[in-house]
Amino acid sequence: MTEKTTGSSAGDQATGTSRRLRTAFAALGMLPVLILLAAGFQFMNPRFLTETNLLIVTQQSSINIVLAAGMTFVILTGGIDLSVGSILAASAMVAVMVSLVPDWGLLGVPAAILAGLGFGLINGLLIAYIRLPPFIVTLGSLTAVRGIARLLGQDTTVFNSDLPFDFIGNGSLLGIPWLVIIALAVVVLSWLVLKRTVLGTWIYAVGGNAEAARLTGIKVPLVLLFVYGVSGLLAGLGGAMSAARLYAANGLQLGQSYELDAIAAVILGGTSFVGGVGSIWGTLIGGLIIAVLSNGLILAGVSDIWQYIIKGLVIIVAVALDRYRLQAGART
Amino acid sequence: MSATAQTQAIRQPVLEMRHISKTFGAIRALQDVSLSVHAGELHALMGENGAGKSTLMKVLSGAYRPDAGGEILIDGVPAATGDPIKARAAGIAVIYQELSLAPNLTVAQNIFLGNEPRRLGFVDRDQCNRRANEMIARLGVSFPARALVAGLSLGERQMVEIARALSTNARIIVMDEPTTSLTSRETDRLFEVIATLKAQGIAIIYISHRMEEVYQLADRVSVLRDSGYVGTLERADLNASRLVSMMVGRDLSAFYKKDHRPPDEKRVVALSVRGMSDGRLLKNCSFDLHKGEVLALAGLVGSGRTELARLIFGADRRSAGTLELDGKPISIGSPREALDAGIAYLTEDRKELGLFLDMSISDNISMGVLASDARAGGFRDFTAADRRAAKAIADLSIRTRSAQANAGSLSGGNQQKVLLARLLETEPKVVILDEPTRGVDVGAKSEIYRLIDNLANRGIAILMISSELPEVIGIADRVLVMRDGAIAGEVTASEGTPLSQEKIMELATGAAQQ
Repeated sequence: MTEKTTGSSAGDQATGTSRRLRTAFAALGMLPVLILLAAGFQFMNPRFLTETNLLIVTQQSSINIVLAAGMTFVILTGGIDLSVGSILAASAMVAVMVSLVPDWGLLGVPAAILAGLGFGLINGLLIAYIRLPPFIVTLGSLTAVRGIARLLGQDTTVFNSDLPFDFIGNGSLLGIPWLVIIALAVVVLSWLVLKRTVLGTWIYAVGGNAEAARLTGIKVPLVLLFVYGVSGLLAGLGGAMSAARLYAANGLQLGQSYELDAIAAVILGGTSFVGGVGSIWGTLIGGLIIAVLSNGLILAGVSDIWQYIIKGLVIIVAVALDRYRLQAGART
Repeated sequence: MSATAQTQAIRQPVLEMRHISKTFGAIRALQDVSLSVHAGELHALMGENGAGKSTLMKVLSGAYRPDAGGEILIDGVPAATGDPIKARAAGIAVIYQELSLAPNLTVAQNIFLGNEPRRLGFVDRDQCNRRANEMIARLGVSFPARALVAGLSLGERQMVEIARALSTNARIIVMDEPTTSLTSRETDRLFEVIATLKAQGIAIIYISHRMEEVYQLADRVSVLRDSGYVGTLERADLNASRLVSMMVGRDLSAFYKKDHRPPDEKRVVALSVRGMSDGRLLKNCSFDLHKGEVLALAGLVGSGRTELARLIFGADRRSAGTLELDGKPISIGSPREALDAGIAYLTEDRKELGLFLDMSISDNISMGVLASDARAGGFRDFTAADRRAAKAIADLSIRTRSAQANAGSLSGGNQQKVLLARLLETEPKVVILDEPTRGVDVGAKSEIYRLIDNLANRGIAILMISSELPEVIGIADRVLVMRDGAIAGEVTASEGTPLSQEKIMELATGAAQQ
């Protein structure tokens, strides 16, 4: 019946405008929550909205945003990657160890990225071609890669106080930390791939309806291999960033439960857990919300224990509000 | 029948819906619809998709509250509206198309779900099973109350749904397209049960697109169109062309369209299928499909038609068999290879296997040709996608606000046209259509028939699976009939004699052998 009642061109324009408004609102998603949180923390502690503090917040969120960008690719296909924290640890070990090779130290960065890509592709092969469930494959590699990370340094911390690529972790360009620049570049590149390339459309299609995608001639296994490869590669990049910041890496402690923060950022960003719907900008906002929460709670003097409790509750409440809002929008 | 109709006229209707309107924002979904149903009557409700049938039934079941002025009377007494629990207590039960059973519970557990007989606060399982068995016996069907629903056929599940309705003492049962996924034997079984229910004085509102069923079952038929009430026909006045014109508001003199008919001597084989087997159901299926021909693949549900189509398309693995396209052997191991060779397939299950409901119409239409449209570096060419979408929307008259709207926002018929558009964008030589008009309203059906006819006239070879015999006879040039995973025979039209419905059924059921 709707197709007949909206036949007039004036009606078409009106519905078109309201639709655009609604899409814009959906894309903004969690931005109001981020602004509200920032305003609240500023009210509690005027030091929050200072240039120095904002740089700290973005710097602290940068590694999580890089991991969450990879996680966005994976979750858009309806999958999950639990191994990114472990891959980050193993890649950071690789980065520091390679950096110790005389004259070739700079190769630590590409080595870390390649190591991450390698682990990601192994995940992808098992999921795409052996058809094992992503949760189980990456749960396994969460543990196995953690073991490899410890094995790499004989279960010790490796140091390099003269790290050739330490500018990544501690330098800045025109006043903006390199970590932030890298994270933003990753987000922009991800957006390009997801929204402007054929591969990106295939990713949404596979997440939306994998069987329909196959019958449409999309090579679903290749798409899956790609997304887990990207997730691993970005975890490897995160490892290099982490090593550059710390001048050291420890296979046991580094990156513990990072996968959970990355997943939280993606979900806060409005990406559907079953796949097919979501955006990388949402993930960016989700990552910032998590960083603002941690930083703001510290500035407000909240104890470590309560920080955990509050962060967890905010994630649940924010997503619940989002679902409620989307349902209200869809009801016609 | 006329005697009961007369007594019904003086009896008070068990249900009366008066002046029901329903608006959602600016959209009017129902406008001043009235409907009355008597005890023991089967009242069919017909209309195109989107005519307002489902909305009316949702008002009846309490899922929606009607606009002010509308009222529902049960036994002449105004009943509460907009309250599903009160509606159920008043004896109204709705059996939806998507069956709503829990597959891992038993029949008895499903029947009494949310309404379990109790003893001392615990579910009284013995009483549960005993009463469920009584209920099943009342329907004259045979499966134990302790059976798991997961192990039942779709038809049996429907019986469980009906038993559940009876367990709440329903007096008015709404059935929404109940036969869509039933085999013909299950359908017969359902019709027997419907007769039993009627004899017990239960009123049935029966929503269906299938004319034959309505003829067979209905005491009266009411038609809705464009959210409004068109009229009600008594059984004695039923007449197909009148019903169709009531539904679409115009005469569909040439409902089925068949202009093609390649001259026999000039028929060129497009696709040649030899010895297809899948190691499970399909056994050694061979046939030739000609250019410009509509070849129907008929047979009962479960005879292997869809399986054969998917095998040809490379969607499933085959254990034996070869394909030749235009006289050259081709090897197809995946849908991608089939599409590259020029074979396209329209799935029978558009929501589960066809559409990307959360993606735009434009993306859905271009999905199969994204790679060939792409710019350097794998970037999307959105101009090409929009051009394709605009052309398809115009050519197939897809009714939508915008090519950027989600495919999920379209009605069934328009969704089907989007899938057909996607298939045509790949410029196929051979098109396999699996139930192309399932769940599609009358208007869209005739548009799809016209499209099939056009494709055939352009020399495209078409293999069409259909469970609707009038459709098969109306548009096919030739019919292959499948039974038990093999091709049971071929039915052709000869000079002066059209395709025979009886012959197709004989082959499909195996009656021809005896």
